[in-house]
Order: sequence, then C-alpha cells, then structure tokens
Amino acid sequence: MAVIKTEGLTYVYGEGTPFRKVAVDHIDLEIEEGEFVGIIGHTGSGKSTLIQHFNGLLKPTEGSVYIDGEKLWDDKAKLRPIRFKVGLVFQYPEYQLFEETVYKDIAFGPKNMGLDDDEIDRRIKETARMVGLKPEMLEKSPFDLSGGQKRRVAIAGVMAMNPKVLILDEPASGLDPKGRERILSMLKDYHKQTGNTVLLVSHSMEDIAKNAQKILVMNKAKLFCYDETVKVFHRSEELRQMGLSVPQITRVFDRLKAMGIGLDDDVYTVKYAAELVLSMLKRREG
Amino acid sequence: MSSFIEIRDLEFSYINEIEEPPVVTEVLKGVTLDINKGEFVAVLGHNGSGKSTLAKCINGINIPQKGSVSVDGMSVADENNLLDIRQKVGMVFQNPDNQIVATIVEEDVAFALENMGVDPKEIRRRVDEALKTVGMYEYRLHAPHKLSGGQKQRVAIAGIIAMRPDCILLDEPTAMLDPKGRAEVMKTIKELNENGVTIVLITHYMEEAVQADRVVVIDGGEIVLDNEPKKIFSQVNTLKNLGLDVPQVTELCHILRSEGVDLPDDVITEEECVEKLYELLG
Repeated sequence: MAVIKTEGLTYVYGEGTPFRKVAVDHIDLEIEEGEFVGIIGHTGSGKSTLIQHFNGLLKPTEGSVYIDGEKLWDDKAKLRPIRFKVGLVFQYPEYQLFEETVYKDIAFGPKNMGLDDDEIDRRIKETARMVGLKPEMLEKSPFDLSGGQKRRVAIAGVMAMNPKVLILDEPASGLDPKGRERILSMLKDYHKQTGNTVLLVSHSMEDIAKNAQKILVMNKAKLFCYDETVKVFHRSEELRQMGLSVPQITRVFDRLKAMGIGLDDDVYTVKYAAELVLSMLKRREG
Repeated sequence: MSSFIEIRDLEFSYINEIEEPPVVTEVLKGVTLDINKGEFVAVLGHNGSGKSTLAKCINGINIPQKGSVSVDGMSVADENNLLDIRQKVGMVFQNPDNQIVATIVEEDVAFALENMGVDPKEIRRRVDEALKTVGMYEYRLHAPHKLSGGQKQRVAIAGIIAMRPDCILLDEPTAMLDPKGRAEVMKTIKELNENGVTIVLITHYMEEAVQADRVVVIDGGEIVLDNEPKKIFSQVNTLKNLGLDVPQVTELCHILRSEGVDLPDDVITEEECVEKLYELLG
C-alpha cells in the first residue's frame, strides 16, 4: 500500500487576491512504503508546498492527501497522530534548536508523543549513534557545537520520533563536501536500518543520484514525473530545459554515447562509471 | 610593483566578551596571500576553516589583529581608507534575501550609488548598464521578492558592479540556488572577470572552482595549497583529507588510474574527460 497518496492535490496561495498563485496543480501521486525518493525541481516549482501537505501543515485548496491509507483533514483531531508518522526536517533545521542540552533537544519530539522515559532514553541514544554524535556530546549545549553537528542534532530530533516517513528539505545545503557526505551516508544508513520511507529534497543531482531509488520531478507547480532514478536522468534534455541538470558524470557518458561509443546502460554514479569503463576495457582485451 | 590585494602574516580571532573570561576563537593564523588585478581566484576550505573571515578582512569588515592587509596600496587598518576600499572591493553574500533592501529591482541596484552621492543622471546610466551586464535589465521594474534565487543573486551582483569596483568577493553565492541559478551566476562572474574585474570566489562546489585561474585552499586558518586548478585537483587524496572533494570527472579518472588504466591525473573538466575516454574506448 502507498504510504503517501495524493489525488488532484492543488494548493493556491493568496486565493481571492491579486497575488493568487497556484503552487501545486492537480498532483496525483503514490509513494510506496520503504522507498528512498529524491525530490527535484527549480526554485518555485512547488517542492516545499508539496511536502508541507504530507504532514498536514498545509490544507489542500482542492484534492486530497492520504497518509498510510488515512485521509488527512477529514477529522482534524486525527492530524496529530499523522504528524507523528511523517517527520519533516526544514531547511537550516539547526536554527530550530532551543533546549539546554543536546539530549533534551532530541527528547522534545518523543516526549510530545507521550513515550515513557526509558523508551525516550533508548531512542535518543540510538539516534545519536545513528547520526554520529558521541555520547559525551549529549550533555553539551547544542549551541556549542559546529554547524554540521548542530544540523545532525536537529535531524536526530525528528528521527527519534521514528516516523514512517522522513522528509528532509535540502539537509546538506551550506555544508562542505565532507559534511554533505556525512549527512547523506547517515540518511542512507537510517533508511537501510529502519526501512522507513525517506524523501530528500535537493538541488544537487549528484547527491540525489548517489542515494535515491526513485526521483520525483516538480516543474511549474506540476508533477513532471515520478520514476526510477536511471529513467529520470535518462531525460537529461527535458531536465535541462526546466532549469535542472543531470550529474556531471551522466553528461560525460551521454556525450560519449552521442560520439558513437556503444554503452549498454545509462550512467549516473562515478562508481558505476568506473565499473563500466573497466569492463569495456577488459572485454576488448579478452 | 605591489599586488592589488596584499595580505601579510594576517592573524584574526573572534573574541566573545560576554563570557567571563572572554572566549577567544583563533581563526586566521598567519595568512600571506597576493592577488593581482584581473585574477580569478577560488577559495576552498571546509566549514570553519577561515574562508569567510579572510574575505571579510579584505574589505575591512574585519580589521587585522596582527599582520596587514592592503588593497591597491591602501591599508584596511586605516579607517580613512575604508570607504575607498569598499568601493574598490564589493562583496556578495550567500543568501540573496539578506542583501536586497529596496522594493524595486532598479532602486536596489541604485542604493550604493545614492549613498555615494553620484549624480542622478550618472546613476541612471550605471544602473542600466549593471542590470544589462547581469542580464536582469528587463526585470528592472519588478519586485525583488518575486524573482528566483539566481535572479536575486544577480541583482545583488548588479548592485555591486554599479559601484564599478575593481574586485568582487563572493562568499558562496550559489549555495542556495538551483542548478540553473548556479549556472547563471557563474556565467555572470566569468563575464565580469573577462572584462577585467578581479574575482575572489569562495565556494564548496568543485565544478565552480575548476573555472578559476587559481585555487587557494585554506585549512585551520592557514593557506595549505595555492596553485592552478589542474595542479590542485590532481591531488585527490590530499583534498579528501582536507574534507574537500574533486569534480566527478576527476574522481572517475583517479579510480581508473588506480586500476592501472592509462589516463592523466589532471582531468578536471567535462570536455577533457570526454576526450580522454573517447581515446580510450573509441
């Protein structure tokens, strides 16, 4: 069963004013449980508006959203449990830290869920380990940490609620390459270990290529496509026209193909590119 | 002749005086760097390495605590020079939303010129020229908050070029932009440089650094590498140990070389990579 489903989802900002703007336009979508989905789209394409519907922060102007089979907004009292199912990490989440210690900050979400102290403790320790925070850091003030560490604390706070769906809006933006890599490999491990669905919004095609199984492409408030990573990056020309791109390595192999080099497959990661070239060289020798 | 930007044994620390005793965070530990007129220099380094602090020392937002910084022969330590220095060296920051002050694009671009007391006719001319340079002239009467990130960032750059600076410092100007916005800003930067403007670009994107004439790598408040891009990015392991990365094409060639494939170690652009792989596989 789809963990997230939308039917004709439409959202209009400033309805009835001269600033009326359709931000998402009749979106029909089904995301299966356990998937790692990359979300891409140009600035203003409707990505952020779309994901805010998934945990009921925005109410559709038209159409509906189902989480885990349950329709949102049918019964307002049901929104709270649904928000625990879908964890949303905003851009620059480190600005939302507020507690005295890292421990208390991560505990905030699980506490609101009404979990008992032992369970909260267990979850904090587990997520801290998952995001690579050493046990001694838990007693520090979150404001004494580096930017990358703060960001990991903020993400841990949402992970500790063990949401069925974890959505992150540009979790690596502004970080250096090592910090980026760290956040992304942490998300990959989280996905593997928990089996939870992960939705990652990013402007970095390279990061999406390395992690996502499927990609959701938004273009001018509409869903352009939702498909497997390799199939989406196959449409490089269309992506380019909508202000997006494909990974650098994909561009290189697209060009080699156009120059007449026979390649069986599309390339979108460096690792795969290396394997492909090596096997071609081997075949030639053999 | 001395260079345009001359940095000698520069040291800088942030001092938090609210704490008792004050907490001193040493950021720059003896930086010496010369940047000549017309150069395009990319500055790399992990978060907290001191890149932004260095940039702020160049146009006198930070005043050196030890050592010296001078721009076109004027020391930033002398307060009387600051206005002149800031007209020569403009700065563009990461978040376009924090840099736009007016409600109409052309008024925003005119802001600095009005402060400088430039003649209104001249302002009109320079604003139009600056907006044309960044490709935003047709948006001159638009409201900035309705523009895309890349467009806003180009308006911010126009506001700087209207002052006719000799040099522009850009601190991660593309970090918040989508691929198209990034490409637009990079194209603008390169065109400015071709027209003689000195560029200092701080970035985390290796594909951008590759386009510079020279790459300076900072680590722990010191310059650890300073060379042309090919000589920097061929040191794949050194860069990774510094918390940095290399372009995907460089990484691919590096992996293939380690498997014994005959490829050069200084492939840094898409074109070179296509060419070398074609020779290999074609």
